[in-house]
Amino acid sequence: MLRFIIQRCLQAIPVLLLVATVTFFMIRMAPGGPFDNERAVPPEVLKHLNERYHLDDPLWKQYADYMVNLLQGDFGPSFKYPTHTVNDLIAAGFPATAELSLYAILFALVVGLTAGVFASLRSNTMQDYIPMSAAMIGICMPTFVLGPILLLVFGIWLGWLPVAGWGQIPGDKILPSVTLGFAYAAYIARISRGGMLDVLSQDYIRTAKAKGLSTARIVFVHALRGGITPVISFLGPAIAGLLAGSFVVESIFQIPGLGRFYVMAAFNRDYTLILGLTIFFAFLIVLFNLLADIVLVWLNPKVRQDLGGK
Amino acid sequence: MKALNFLFLISLIGFTLSGCGERKTLVDIGTEAQILHIGNGTEPAEIDPHTTTGMPEYHLQMALFEGLVSKHPETLEIIPAVAERWTISDDGLVYTFFIRPTAKWSNGDALVAEDFVLSWQRALSAALGNQYANMLYSIKNAEAFHLGKITDFKQVGVIALDRLTLQVTLENPTPYFLQILDHHSAFPVHLPTLLKHGRMDEAATRWTRPENFVGNGPFVIKEWTPGKVFSVQRNQYYWDAATVRLNEIHFYPIDQSLVEERMFKAGQLHKTETLPSSKIERYRQNNSPEYRSNLYFGTYYYAFNVTRKPLDDVRIRKALAYSIDREAITKHITRGGQLPTYALTPPDTLGYTPRAKMIYDIDLARKLLAEAGYPDGKGFPKLELVYNTSQDHQKIAVAIQQMWKKALNIDVSLQNQEWKVFLSNQQLLNFQIGRRGWIGDYIDPFTFLELFVTNGGNNNTGWGNSRYDELMRLSTSAKTREERYEYFHEAEQILVDDAPILPIYNYTTNYLLSQDVKGYFPNTMDYHPYKYMYLESSKKGNN
Repeated sequence: MLRFIIQRCLQAIPVLLLVATVTFFMIRMAPGGPFDNERAVPPEVLKHLNERYHLDDPLWKQYADYMVNLLQGDFGPSFKYPTHTVNDLIAAGFPATAELSLYAILFALVVGLTAGVFASLRSNTMQDYIPMSAAMIGICMPTFVLGPILLLVFGIWLGWLPVAGWGQIPGDKILPSVTLGFAYAAYIARISRGGMLDVLSQDYIRTAKAKGLSTARIVFVHALRGGITPVISFLGPAIAGLLAGSFVVESIFQIPGLGRFYVMAAFNRDYTLILGLTIFFAFLIVLFNLLADIVLVWLNPKVRQDLGGK
Repeated sequence: MKALNFLFLISLIGFTLSGCGERKTLVDIGTEAQILHIGNGTEPAEIDPHTTTGMPEYHLQMALFEGLVSKHPETLEIIPAVAERWTISDDGLVYTFFIRPTAKWSNGDALVAEDFVLSWQRALSAALGNQYANMLYSIKNAEAFHLGKITDFKQVGVIALDRLTLQVTLENPTPYFLQILDHHSAFPVHLPTLLKHGRMDEAATRWTRPENFVGNGPFVIKEWTPGKVFSVQRNQYYWDAATVRLNEIHFYPIDQSLVEERMFKAGQLHKTETLPSSKIERYRQNNSPEYRSNLYFGTYYYAFNVTRKPLDDVRIRKALAYSIDREAITKHITRGGQLPTYALTPPDTLGYTPRAKMIYDIDLARKLLAEAGYPDGKGFPKLELVYNTSQDHQKIAVAIQQMWKKALNIDVSLQNQEWKVFLSNQQLLNFQIGRRGWIGDYIDPFTFLELFVTNGGNNNTGWGNSRYDELMRLSTSAKTREERYEYFHEAEQILVDDAPILPIYNYTTNYLLSQDVKGYFPNTMDYHPYKYMYLESSKKGNN
């Protein structure tokens, strides 16, 4: 197991370096620079700005300098927000993004698992079709459609919940968490239904039924562990996707998270901020995939054995 | 089932939160506590007045700093600020400012004449990279110092005659000089604080952090959380603290105007920075008292790249310019009260309204096109109009494309480009027709007309005219306002005759303002000092 983890960590290093390198050169190829403004920057001023950020160095040298700093964990100063370092901005924005993703995934798990298990027990009845059709709609509905609808209903018409902010007004975290978690709840519902159906048709479940065990006992003690395995393998990439993909929800709900900075950094050609956030998100994706794999191994004795046998 | 349960659950949570009676909104609570909540566009890049360029930053600087003079919130007349009075020599070259003895920094230090000398030396030092340093170029030798032609700041026309007397000598009599003193590049900074965190000419040090900041405006920084809020609170050392009635201002960086509008409707903002054009019509129809539309000192126009065929032919440029129905554009497309315009400088700029005007005359346009060799548009080469990606720009471009097709029978293709790509192409003259806009820095025709001097940094059309350049030079040394304005009229006529640009309309600002906000006055500079604002509930019988 330990070997497996170490192996995976070692694999992550070249992946992250490659991400950093490709991003570095790609953003430099994009037309326009960080100091381009509607009002032209006088050439003598531009010269000083380029000097300050070493943009007048040859590209290979800028790359080498960047990589050296990166290996020391220093993402450098932001171009657009020069009094903040990229590390500062990540530290400032990540808590909100992480918190939002956490609530969203909790919401998705509670609602998704309940609906999926419920549907699997009554498969091919109306009680299966209705939540599963709803889930299909949930999967298809992008957050930029769902968010404004929820806002309109609960924020503007009913006036129950705030329409924007994060931790400023009581209840302002509910709508964004639901909006972000909704599609994932729908996925989880469908995946867990499938997983449960597989398990429920196994012999040992039939035995349990024959023994006269209650449905609740069968589901929670015997079936669930196997039934949610596909959900676990979905969770790793899902959490990474939530973290990296929360920018739409962050924009709609005015949440001070990393996603909004990411989008603005691209528009502003804030080279260091784009790079820093890309590498940071890449790191998270690698990390959560690894965690999901570890949990899977831990849950599944078959895989555990395979690894042990190697 | 699942969906229903979920809705029910959410409703329950919401209902619990909402309580039984009417919930007080952030705006209601803010109004009671004199805390103003406003949308402020994008996240401020910085607040150092000598390195920033944008409006979101300027709004903060207006709360945190104050120049020698300031503007009346309603009439925009120059009024005393840090300087309690000043004298101007007969030749208009020497200004003597008398700093008020009560002026202080927010840490209690006295604000003296030397502070301005050092601050302007910093603003003009090349190493700082101040993009607005040229705002101070009207001061004697300021340009030479900034460009490194002289290194001794004593040669620049700024000197502290004594502790509270500042003398400024100009290169030329500059009628708008006092206005420039209210621009952020002329604001003073507290040198001892700056030096604690870096060199005097070093940008982006930590002196602007809330815990370090020292300013001289009516407010000081309370909190700065990137992406969330920038809040300020009263500065007890401000010389005119008795006038200030707001306790705090919370500036929210909201990139999306739709989000802002929603927050306003839900009672989370007293004022929005802007209003999406798609929403204007509804507010207008409802006669909403919260909807505001004010003329703004700027012009929306198209620029022709005169270095490219067929736009190198003035007849073609004119044909394109004469066949646009600007009234139709402002009435049916922009719909935000914009003013159709036929020249570059907005009307009534300190008594100057351009005499020169482009005309709307389709017959003449057709004739000009035929003269240029394309009767009824036959054989007219491919032409492309580019704009930066935005629905509003697109709508206007589509309308103009159709107007040209109908009037001249020519096909013009449209292309949208991402902002930085667009800017880069405009600067490299890599376009044929490009969308432009310009907002004046100070109320004077010069802020618009100087754009089109040959090879000017913001010209970007490839056009130049030696007489035009000469007129701009002459205007800086004119003895009287009449003489100056005559030069401007002639320059404006050259622009209209040579048509390197196609003016379309004068801007308006469209936004939502709570009726609780008092002491807020509409004006063409979108200039709203917070020192005069206060909050008073407009709800009748409010408890």
